[in-house]
Amino acid sequence: MSKEQVFDLTTHTVRDLNQALHGLNGATSGPDFKVLNAQGDHALAVGIDAPVKVEIDGHVGYYCAGMNKHANVTIHGNAGTGLAENIMSGVVRLKGNASQAAAATGRGGLVIIEGDASARCGISMKGVDIVVQGSVGHMSAFMAQRGRLVVCGNAGAALGDSLYEAEIYVRGTVADLGADCEAKEMTPEHLAALDELLKRAEMPYPASEFRRYGSARKLYHFNIDNADAY
Amino acid sequence: MCGIVGLYLKNPALESQLGELFEPMLLEMTQRGPDSTGFAVYRDPAPAGALKLVLQNPDLSFDWAHVAAALTEQFKVDVDFRRDHTHCLVRLPVAEADLRAWLAAEPRPFTVVSIGQHIEIYKEVGLPIDVANAFNLKGLRGSHAIGHTRMATESAVTTAGSHPFSTGSDLCLVHNGSLSNHNRLRRKLEKAGAVFRTENDSEVAAQYLDVQMQQGATLSQALTRALGDLDGFYTFTIGTSDGFAVLRDPIACKPAVLAETDDWVAMSSEYRALARLPGVKHAKLWEPEPATVYVWGGERAGAGH
Repeated sequence: MSKEQVFDLTTHTVRDLNQALHGLNGATSGPDFKVLNAQGDHALAVGIDAPVKVEIDGHVGYYCAGMNKHANVTIHGNAGTGLAENIMSGVVRLKGNASQAAAATGRGGLVIIEGDASARCGISMKGVDIVVQGSVGHMSAFMAQRGRLVVCGNAGAALGDSLYEAEIYVRGTVADLGADCEAKEMTPEHLAALDELLKRAEMPYPASEFRRYGSARKLYHFNIDNADAY
Repeated sequence: MCGIVGLYLKNPALESQLGELFEPMLLEMTQRGPDSTGFAVYRDPAPAGALKLVLQNPDLSFDWAHVAAALTEQFKVDVDFRRDHTHCLVRLPVAEADLRAWLAAEPRPFTVVSIGQHIEIYKEVGLPIDVANAFNLKGLRGSHAIGHTRMATESAVTTAGSHPFSTGSDLCLVHNGSLSNHNRLRRKLEKAGAVFRTENDSEVAAQYLDVQMQQGATLSQALTRALGDLDGFYTFTIGTSDGFAVLRDPIACKPAVLAETDDWVAMSSEYRALARLPGVKHAKLWEPEPATVYVWGGERAGAGH
């Protein structure tokens, strides 16, 4: 491993950081990056495409670690809107709370939020695994298509509204379920897979404490009884 | 888009630094709203029976002495006035109803920006840095301040259409979002006696709160009613003579971050505006919940008046 690269955002710009990261795009290895004094700046560590490790100290603004591929990004603070938006692969770990639409449209990889996530966490997710140690706000996993949203705390109103095929696991309470989202049976296969995911996310809870929710599949399949309506 | 910032000091020892703490918050929101900028500051209250008015005329050599003389002649009182860029701060001992009657009696060659015992509002078209410098925001002392950087969507980019909006006495409101039922509400409020100065949807929200508080509601009660009556997208920050409040609509698309320490409460559209506040590292930091009223102070019924 080559020497750690340090970007202090009181002296470096966000562009300095992101250009250094993009310079490695397509590489199979790279140095570790340390980002100091993030003060809510937007678009930090966006668009990485290399298996590098990035540690960010401070709170981050919008779209931190968006479109991440292969990289392992850890944020020691809170995150603004759209953390790890459209993540493709790799791991994004947030030590604090996330604002709205965390991991929105994520296609792969793992997003771990050690605090709470606010509204619309995992909106339109398409394959990402999201593990939230705290609670999630309203309309989380809205129109989620694939992947898993795991909530170790409670879920806000309209969880999984207009859900396609994503899986949702909640350990605490659910304020209410959105349209076409229903409780599902927890099979041994789901338990084993969830257990593995919780271990990977370093969450201290057994899979048996979670309930599973999924799509009732009534909204997106045409129902022949409705044929007269057309 | 628009940016909102607010700072409410709990520790009076910080009052001399209000402008110094608040200005960087406002400037940090430049990208969210480069069209116009405005701020309300609560400070230096007029004595009982007296009022502070902030008036505006775009002409930098406008004859404010003439306005002061007309007020002196009308009310037979000493009128103190001080030009501040395009604005003029006027102080005089007069009953609010009499003053409003005089203002409404005929067209006046200026715009009324704010009226109250505590409030002063300064707002102009232009970048936050230019507006802050024009009115020496950095040097202002006071108990709380609310600011707005505007990216206009619903109405024209004019001084009158910029925020904060203040329609009654000492109450002001800044808004990020857009109201969908403002026309209907405007007609209702007009029937209740409200007089509108702009076509702006946010002015309707300010008038709405004002009318509620005139009818005896506390700030918190008025905001609870607003949740039922206002439709659309909003994050509001509201100031009264002794209060500071934040309200988001039930969907809460428009961003908001709150931070609180023993010394202050701060609100902003984004965390980066709070990042330089003293003690923010150890502040309680959270996103206000949708459809939830947050109020500090402001428990006097009709405290805006």
